[in-house]
Amino acid sequence: MLEVKDIHVHYGAIHALKGVTLNVKQGEIVTLIGSNGAGKSTLLKTISGLLHPTKGDVVFLNNSIIKKDSKYIVKSGITQVPEGRHIFPGMTVYENLLMGAYLRKDKDGIQQDLESVYKRFPILKERLRQDASTLSGGEQQMLAMGRALMARPKLLLLDEPSMGLAPILVQQIFDIIKDINATGTTILLIEQNARMALSIADRGYVMETGKIVLSGTGEQLSQSEEVKKAYLGG
Amino acid sequence: MVQFLQQIVNGLSLGSIYALIALGYTMVYGIIKLINFAHGDIYMLGAYVGFICTVQLGLGFFPALIIAMVTCAIIGVVIEKIAYKPLRNATRIAALITAIGVSYFLEASTQKIMGTSAHSFPDVLGTQTFNVLGVVISMKQIIIFVVTILLMLLLQYVVQKTKIGRAMRAVSVDADAAQLMGVNVNATISYTFAIGSALAGAAGVLVGIYYNTVSPLMGLVPGIKAFIAAVFGGIGIIPGAMFGGFFIGIVETLVTGYGSSLYKDAVVYIILIIILIVKPAGLLGKNVKEKV
Ligand SMILES: Nc1ncnc2c1ncn2[C@@H]1O[C@H](COP(=O)(O)OP(=O)(O)OP(=O)(O)O)[C@@H](O)[C@H]1O
Ligand SMILES: [Mg+2]
Repeated sequence: MLEVKDIHVHYGAIHALKGVTLNVKQGEIVTLIGSNGAGKSTLLKTISGLLHPTKGDVVFLNNSIIKKDSKYIVKSGITQVPEGRHIFPGMTVYENLLMGAYLRKDKDGIQQDLESVYKRFPILKERLRQDASTLSGGEQQMLAMGRALMARPKLLLLDEPSMGLAPILVQQIFDIIKDINATGTTILLIEQNARMALSIADRGYVMETGKIVLSGTGEQLSQSEEVKKAYLGG
Repeated sequence: MVQFLQQIVNGLSLGSIYALIALGYTMVYGIIKLINFAHGDIYMLGAYVGFICTVQLGLGFFPALIIAMVTCAIIGVVIEKIAYKPLRNATRIAALITAIGVSYFLEASTQKIMGTSAHSFPDVLGTQTFNVLGVVISMKQIIIFVVTILLMLLLQYVVQKTKIGRAMRAVSVDADAAQLMGVNVNATISYTFAIGSALAGAAGVLVGIYYNTVSPLMGLVPGIKAFIAAVFGGIGIIPGAMFGGFFIGIVETLVTGYGSSLYKDAVVYIILIIILIVKPAGLLGKNVKEKV
């Protein structure tokens, strides 16, 4: 479904991605783990069209999207929940959700998806008219995910959705991710919480300083000595 | 009391003009954090378009108003594309200096084309006046006020209730996140310039019929006053600009009416200084730290 082929990304003189290759197949949950500054967010921003690589290609549904703008990419079915949530402060929860459906014109479909977001995140329904910036961290994460689902994505990119959340909420978020996947959305999940991520992922990649250094099924990676030492605390 | 009410009525007319100009300042600042110093000159161009429509083409007030708004919207968008867009990632001071350059360019071009002297505007709205308990209200004042309120309501509707309005608000708080929703940021910035410039164009026509005169440098002082109104209300905040515009307009007429017109500018500046000391984010602004 998604193929990232040997991409290089620079921030000025900083060479952030040094030839990254990975793929995500229809229906999978694929996780990408790696320490701070490895280049994980950079990769997602590149897939979403916020950054453009100096070399390499990104193919989505047999279509190169590397030269496309983010509008085209969202339209073709890739939506991202960015690191740090980035909900729109000063706008209500409802308006934030509508922003997720920005490119859609099917009123009935939007209404249906609103209902299913309310069902998945009942707290959002209670807070609809509230300024989104007044939500708690966990609620903001749910809003960010609900907003992304409003685009009805084929591929959902999640950048550290468990960041800064209490353990019980982390569990809840991971359950929701599994459920979103079960209802037909393919997922590329970036996580620092390697244990949880690998436990729900079909496959995983490990990134270090701009390169993929390991890959395998979730199980294989959980068992790997290198991963255990570096990311699972021994 | 009658004199006081009379000054308030006069102040509302002047304030309408300031408020309409201030809206463009505040919207543009909200979305790209640029103080568009050429904005006062867009207002001047609006007045000239109104002048040409009424005097040379013999059109009525409303067609002239619409044509001036559309023309200014287009000019605003073109200026943004040519002068500001290439500097989107440059330092703020570079964009600011460019804005001053654009301002001079518009003034000099108008002087070249229309001449340096003032033209007088015809009385397209008549000189009818009403006497309400001793307060004299002219037809012009009523029309200026009503047109301003209608434009403000329309603007509030667009910004609060429509998709493009939501996109404008989203881009102004978080352009990257808006892009992730599929918003075309450049197009949204263009819409913002179009709307802000159209409002300035409307103000230009209104001031033309109010003071019956247009000149190439007429944008300078109202531009500064409207900028102060925007800062006073809280730059980037739309209701702040509306409120600030009316407030500055009323203060000016009161000072002129009770004191002397010599002091009116000084009083306005003093109020600005006080506001900036007491509430730096403006009257309706939240004192938030700049986001990192
Ligand atoms: N806007 C930028 N300008 C310059 N360098 C950047 C920029 N954004 C990221 N970098 C650099 O690129 C590298 C990769 O950053 P990135 O944000 O992709 O890491 P990450 O894997 O997402 O880290 P984290 O887990 O902390 O979120 C880092 O060295 C970072 O300092
Ligand atoms: Mg990151």
